[in-house]
Amino acid sequence: MAYIPHTEVDRRSMLAAIGLERMDDLYDAIPKEVRFPDLDLPEPISEMEITREMLTLSEANLEVQHVPCFLGAGAYNHFIPSIIDHILRRNEFYTAYTPYQPEISQGTLQAIFEYQSLMCNLTGMEVSNASHYDGATALAEAVIMALNQHRGKRHKVLLSPTIHPHYRQVVRTYTQGMGLTITGDESLDTSSAMLAELLDEETTLVAVQYPDFLGRIEDFGSLGEVASQAGALFCVVVNPLALGLLKPPSEFGAAIVVGDGQPLGIPISYGGPYVGIFTTRQQYVRKMSGRLVGETVDSRGQRGYVLTLTPREQHIRRDKATSNICTNQGLMALASAVYLSIAGKQGLREVAELCYHKAHYAADKIDALDHYSLWHRGPFFHEFVVACPRPVAEINDQLLDYDILGGYDLGQEYPTLADHMLIAVTEVNSRENINDLVTVLEEVAHD
Amino acid sequence: MELSTDLKYNKNDEWVRVEGNIGTVGITDYAQDQLSDIIFMEVTAEVGEELEKDATVAEVESVKAAAFIYMPVRGVIIETNEELSDTPEVINADPYGAAWMFKFEIMNPVELDDLLDAAAYEKYCQEREN
Repeated sequence: MAYIPHTEVDRRSMLAAIGLERMDDLYDAIPKEVRFPDLDLPEPISEMEITREMLTLSEANLEVQHVPCFLGAGAYNHFIPSIIDHILRRNEFYTAYTPYQPEISQGTLQAIFEYQSLMCNLTGMEVSNASHYDGATALAEAVIMALNQHRGKRHKVLLSPTIHPHYRQVVRTYTQGMGLTITGDESLDTSSAMLAELLDEETTLVAVQYPDFLGRIEDFGSLGEVASQAGALFCVVVNPLALGLLKPPSEFGAAIVVGDGQPLGIPISYGGPYVGIFTTRQQYVRKMSGRLVGETVDSRGQRGYVLTLTPREQHIRRDKATSNICTNQGLMALASAVYLSIAGKQGLREVAELCYHKAHYAADKIDALDHYSLWHRGPFFHEFVVACPRPVAEINDQLLDYDILGGYDLGQEYPTLADHMLIAVTEVNSRENINDLVTVLEEVAHD
Repeated sequence: MELSTDLKYNKNDEWVRVEGNIGTVGITDYAQDQLSDIIFMEVTAEVGEELEKDATVAEVESVKAAAFIYMPVRGVIIETNEELSDTPEVINADPYGAAWMFKFEIMNPVELDDLLDAAAYEKYCQEREN
């Protein structure tokens, strides 16, 4: 089958219709010298040769399966049971597209419905959408939802400085030109009590992270209460895996809970694809972004699933839509749903407990070293900040010589945390891995 | 299509009942029929708000579409029909009666001259049918 259906005659008649002679005339707007650059490509090689070359390239990478990894900062190395990939790779799921036709999409729709139900269970909220691209876009959509809820009459957004720095950047990118004041995150010292003082009648949304970017756990009950009194929506960014162990944000007054589903069965994969969790309360459902699957009965009274409340969406509501997101991250949402369904409530709690205990074991050991100390003494989940005797980048280089992937250099994002390393420990880090990390950290304490 | 000769209409498929300097607004029988089953209605403007002609006052959703209700002329909102939020199906059942959506004080009566009478509105609907 020919890929290009137009004949030379077709092309000539189309060009004539727009008053051009040659195809090249279409590109007149592009300067000649950049139009067809010479690409300096090597000669073609055989499949066998290219396989060898690609293998050599991929073997030059460090993989978290082969080296202990203590890097987290938003993307976490967890064990992924093989059943997840087996289900994802079924072509009924893998090749499925937008489930607009419920009569031929029951499998996809039911999978999304199960995902939504699991996310509601996990966060304690009443409604979950079918997912967003990632945690950062889910947070940006929370801002948009708050604006819609207040009908564009409130213009101030408060972000905690310990929300993931990239998430805060995405919120700013996403909402540029909307006349918002996004504030609260200028200084790392801004506590949740200080955020509460910044709340006023102009504030549409206040958002915090739980556990925060630095791994800490805080009860946001009083901030939630103040937000509600001020009429602002309170949004909590979560690590869903931590909710296996921690009190759900619904218990401290969250109106919206968002987060990245990556810890639930999705590989780190150099940053994506991940899945954005978005859950809220029933009262806000018509202002919620994204698509939503509901359970119903068909004409014979049998249970079935459909896209529901679609008049919120832009293919119906056009410019007045509550959001421009008409898609979801179906395959990754399915991965999270499979992960949660095979882990179960108890299994999720066990994974979270393993992360918690291993991280605390590592933190105690590192804190006991002469030249390292914990920056924070309060409760934390599986990530913690260590004050280091030397620049983090240098320490990480040396850790790599020992085949250890070190933590995140916080000085990149927070000037007051130069020489501070954010270390993540999960269930995949063995006691031996942790002991090795501690030994090497001690060795590289000095130049 | 049901029409009432004592009402005025506009091309947004709204009707207006003018009593002194007070206007009452709803959507026409034609509009509710086109939308089909209405499942949601929310007045987004607030009592006391002064709005220009064509400003958005309320939202209506049916099983197949979303529609907006606009100010037919400039005015101040004085009352909204809160019961409709709980019983949006009344808009289908009784568009000219129980399904009135809001009342307002007419601020610029001259603008009323631009509204259509029943015959002109009926003609406008027929044109669209064709």
